Amino acid sequence: MDTATPVVELKQITKRFPGIVANDSISLKLQKGEIHALLGENGAGKSTLMNIVFGLYQPDEGSIEIDGKPVIIDGPNRAIELGIGMVHQHFKLVQPFTVTENIILGSEPRKGARINYRKATEEIRKLSEQYGLRVDPNAKIHDISVGMQQRVEILKTLYRGADILIFDEPTAVLTPQEISELMEIMQRLIQEGKSIILITHKLKEIMQIADTVTIIRRGKVIDTVKKTETTPQELAEKMVGRNVSFKVDKKAAEPGEVVMHMENILSKNKDGMAVLNSLNLQVRAGEILGIAGVDGNGQTELIEALTGLRHVDGGKITLHGKDITNLTPRKVTESGVAHIPEDRHKHGLVLDFSVSENMVLETYYKAPYNKNGFLQYDEVDKKATRLVEAFDVRTPSIHTMARSLSGGNQQKAIIAREIDKNPELLVAAQPTRGLDVGAIEFVQKQLIAQRDQGKAVLLISFELDEIMNVSDRIAVIYEGQIVGEVLPEQTNDQELGLMMAGSTVKRGAAHE
Amino acid sequence: MKKVYSLSLIMVLALSVILAACGNKSDNASGGASEGKGSSDVKVGMVTDVGGVNDKSFNQSAWEALEKVQSAGGASVKYLQSKSDQDYIPNLNQFVKDGYSLTWGIGFNLADAIKTVAGQNPDAKLAIIDSVVDAPNVKSVTFSENEGSFLVGVVAGKMTKMNKIGFVGGEKSPLIQRFEAGFQAGIKAVNPKAEFIANYAGAFDKPDVGKAAAATMYNEGVDIIFHAAGATGTGVFNEAASRKKSGQQVWVIGVDKDQSLEFGDEVTLTSMIKRVDTAVEKVSQEVIDGTFKGGTETLGLKDDGVGIADTSSKNVPADVLKLVDEYKAKIIAGEVKVPDTVK
Amino acid sequence: MSKLMKIFTGDSFILSIVAIIMGLILGALVMLIGGYDPFEAYSALLTRVYGDSYNFGEAIREMTPLIMTGLAFAFAARTGLFNIGGEGQFLIGMTAASIVGIHVHGLPVYIHAPLAVIAGAVFGGLWAAIAGYLKAARGVNEVISCIMLNWIGLYLSNMIINNYALLDGENRSVDIQPTASIAIGWLSEMMGNARVHWGTVIALLAAVFFYIFMWKTKQGYELRAVGFNQDASKYAGMNVNRNVVKAMFISGAFAGLGGAFTVLGVFGYQSVMASSPGTGFDGIAVALIGMNNPFGIILGSILFGTLTYGSAGMSFSADVPPEIVRIVIGAIIFFIAAQGIVRWVLKPFYAKRKKEKVL
Repeated sequence: MDTATPVVELKQITKRFPGIVANDSISLKLQKGEIHALLGENGAGKSTLMNIVFGLYQPDEGSIEIDGKPVIIDGPNRAIELGIGMVHQHFKLVQPFTVTENIILGSEPRKGARINYRKATEEIRKLSEQYGLRVDPNAKIHDISVGMQQRVEILKTLYRGADILIFDEPTAVLTPQEISELMEIMQRLIQEGKSIILITHKLKEIMQIADTVTIIRRGKVIDTVKKTETTPQELAEKMVGRNVSFKVDKKAAEPGEVVMHMENILSKNKDGMAVLNSLNLQVRAGEILGIAGVDGNGQTELIEALTGLRHVDGGKITLHGKDITNLTPRKVTESGVAHIPEDRHKHGLVLDFSVSENMVLETYYKAPYNKNGFLQYDEVDKKATRLVEAFDVRTPSIHTMARSLSGGNQQKAIIAREIDKNPELLVAAQPTRGLDVGAIEFVQKQLIAQRDQGKAVLLISFELDEIMNVSDRIAVIYEGQIVGEVLPEQTNDQELGLMMAGSTVKRGAAHE
Repeated sequence: MKKVYSLSLIMVLALSVILAACGNKSDNASGGASEGKGSSDVKVGMVTDVGGVNDKSFNQSAWEALEKVQSAGGASVKYLQSKSDQDYIPNLNQFVKDGYSLTWGIGFNLADAIKTVAGQNPDAKLAIIDSVVDAPNVKSVTFSENEGSFLVGVVAGKMTKMNKIGFVGGEKSPLIQRFEAGFQAGIKAVNPKAEFIANYAGAFDKPDVGKAAAATMYNEGVDIIFHAAGATGTGVFNEAASRKKSGQQVWVIGVDKDQSLEFGDEVTLTSMIKRVDTAVEKVSQEVIDGTFKGGTETLGLKDDGVGIADTSSKNVPADVLKLVDEYKAKIIAGEVKVPDTVK
Repeated sequence: MSKLMKIFTGDSFILSIVAIIMGLILGALVMLIGGYDPFEAYSALLTRVYGDSYNFGEAIREMTPLIMTGLAFAFAARTGLFNIGGEGQFLIGMTAASIVGIHVHGLPVYIHAPLAVIAGAVFGGLWAAIAGYLKAARGVNEVISCIMLNWIGLYLSNMIINNYALLDGENRSVDIQPTASIAIGWLSEMMGNARVHWGTVIALLAAVFFYIFMWKTKQGYELRAVGFNQDASKYAGMNVNRNVVKAMFISGAFAGLGGAFTVLGVFGYQSVMASSPGTGFDGIAVALIGMNNPFGIILGSILFGTLTYGSAGMSFSADVPPEIVRIVIGAIIFFIAAQGIVRWVLKPFYAKRKKEKVL
């Protein structure tokens, strides 16, 4: 197989941005009919490389060959002509349009001046049958699930005649069931003669589906290996550049008294729909409660209600027996809740502030940082220096803009700030999202350390692995309600997945 | 998103600054060209109000008069346009400190500035149009606009078919109200039944407001509008011209100069002439001759300081013009008293 | 001191300077096309402004309100608000100062003048706070409410002057009491009667206040946080709505002060205005040139004031139409906003510098 002409060959691709070399003479061969995984940490240069293949960037050095012929890809249109299609991580779909309309957008079949919808629908139906991509061509995008939307994205590339498909972190937004369906679709595509490049940092998926893996670190190719000749451990080490442990080391939990209690919480959105509906939840001291659920089932609202960012229309939230329902965020913070927010750019940091200024975002008004209305920058800097050291936030200086830190270090800074408040309850919403293996390990250890100090920790995550590994107890949220509670050692992905999809499972039913 | 939004606002801002500049760009570009054309070393300067020398009104009249003085070899002349009322004093001072023999302030808006500068520079000679500044070194020239307006009022009163006549003023000031008072009295004298509507645009440099005001009046059935609104009046002419094109029978009475030369006979019924040019020429000549004296001069019908345009015969029938002449004689003789304030 | 050096060698400072130079060059090109001599024109411009003490004083008079409206825009911009209502706030400040200056009698100068100045600041601030309140309470975009408030401010000012302070038979208010004047008599005499006033000193202090308030106080920290990231501010327990109103009030107070200076220091009365004076809008340009930095704004208003005040000299001595200056200013704003163009022009220089660094 190695002797065959690769469908795509990248030769010594180098791409520089001001200050950094994003891709440093990267070479890669994609053979026909294989799934080639591109593995690397965030910021390793995977996306840059794929954007070059898709014509969004021009390489500074090196060349691209398609089917053995050198080509210059000067834009996405050229890439599509060459049979390259990209399934983006964030779907680029028009919500109020139908599936058909979205697929043909930009290359509509015409009949005179009008769009020939019948022909389009027919073609799409044929394509979906051929590749096993069941989807209703006449449904509106906002009516179909995320997994279905992804199929529309795939169909879009196939409709344009793509033979080479690039998948950018395709599983990030899917449920476990949807992930396994996607895997099947990818297998089918390969059978039909397509070739796939899969960008990911999830080792599990690679081991499951990829044929070849190319590992990139800091813009350089570290190695290209056959899946059959490697192990997850080896891949992880190559990706991060050092030893990593997958197992989260932790002692058994010693839950104490109930710290936070949510009782019959009701919260409505602007349209009067209940987004949280008779929700009950308890977190005890010395335990990590994980909330599992598919994105959009009330996780965000749950945190907002708890931290005072959302109005609660019914029910009661107590912290150590004290009512904190509908207090302002400041009052909630002062009563002992710390919050690592879901979106660190939107909520967690003021990106245009320095690291130092960000460290007092919630405490700036208190002594010793505030004296007679003047901010005491000496004190602020002292605190920042201490936290940066203690939590190993890698920053050139505490006066560096938070914006220029890497995602992992931004997250570390937030965690440092929140833990430093010495809270009763630590709310961690997706604390490892977008982080690389090393940073994930750090964050999870911090959560466990908090637990071991007898703090209550509420963990919300869309990564089932994280929920399973870190939590002491798991509550599943579905449509604004807690639909079940399980212990991690007594459940598995399948059962959780079903619960997340809304079925109430009887204990043991999923155990075969 | 926010950034894009504010950036585009900024771009629009930058563009509009440039466009505004281009739009204003004067065709006769600069203040008084070659100096030393004549043998005289007399220099006459002039400061406009914010209207500028292309206002098709008194600033322009005054500047044309000065250009005439220059081409006759009597003096070299120059003007400065004011961008805001804060510029009046420094602009006047620019001439005074440069040793100009006479500095004009055109328009009553400059009265305070002239007074200040005259007081601070007792040796300088200054002159002002349309306002009285009481200082020994200032010549104030005013006009009996009410008398001239009376005459065009007679024309309007005689020639209206709808029996509805309008007046569009610039800023509502005692000066502009003199126009209105005389005009209204003229109409009353010959056509007591005619309806009269007055409207003030509030500005002399807003043709769009003038156009809107004219449109409102024409819609209400007015067929003749007299404007005393400087450049704002341009809008009145534009509105009339477009209605004329669509067959509606409407007229405008011009002001200050013979505006039929500018806007055509089709819409200009007649014009109330205010001889700013004569006054400017006369006083400038006094400086050249060395006979300049401070004080106030009011020019009326009898001095030919105001009057009706010579070209009026094109649109106004002879019998009406005869009536106008009769009233003119009566006013000069003092038989008819023209009010100068609106009741 | 090293901080100061950083400002002058910083990227944004260099970009501004280059944008200004490009604007001047563009103006020179336009002059060449029009058949004028740009060197003569620019030197006439500079001579007019810096040639003698009278004109220098008057140029300072021109710059002072620009500092204030520039600070007003920048202050709001730093807190994430687009206050283009400087015009209306300026007018309301003028009117408030006029009324206090005219109708309050019998106070000594050291009380009356400050009172009139403060009235201008407070009412200018309140005027802006209306837009702030509408945004906070009703979500009305401040750009739209500010534009409307500009017009309302213009006509309200005229109405107040017409009804409560009109000088008979004139188009302006009666004079303010001499005790309300902030003109500096002795300096004015020394500078050939140029209308210099204490407002300039206050304007410079206002820039210092801006700096200290914004970067040294707790409140300034909060305002900046809200300006950069409302969501994070809310998360951190700040009251975003209250901060929006506060920010607009302070911003409007700056503009209102500018208006008060014009009445109390320059004219001594207020005209009934046919149209807005434009100082508020020019302040936006000044803030842009000054990169929303208070000290940059002082430099920006010196530039802007020099150009506009000097334009009369340009047309007087070099016969160049003063409108050319508007083209120059417009071009400078354009180049500052379109930084990409400036960076592109600078590219070869940057490349060189980097290489040197490597060596």
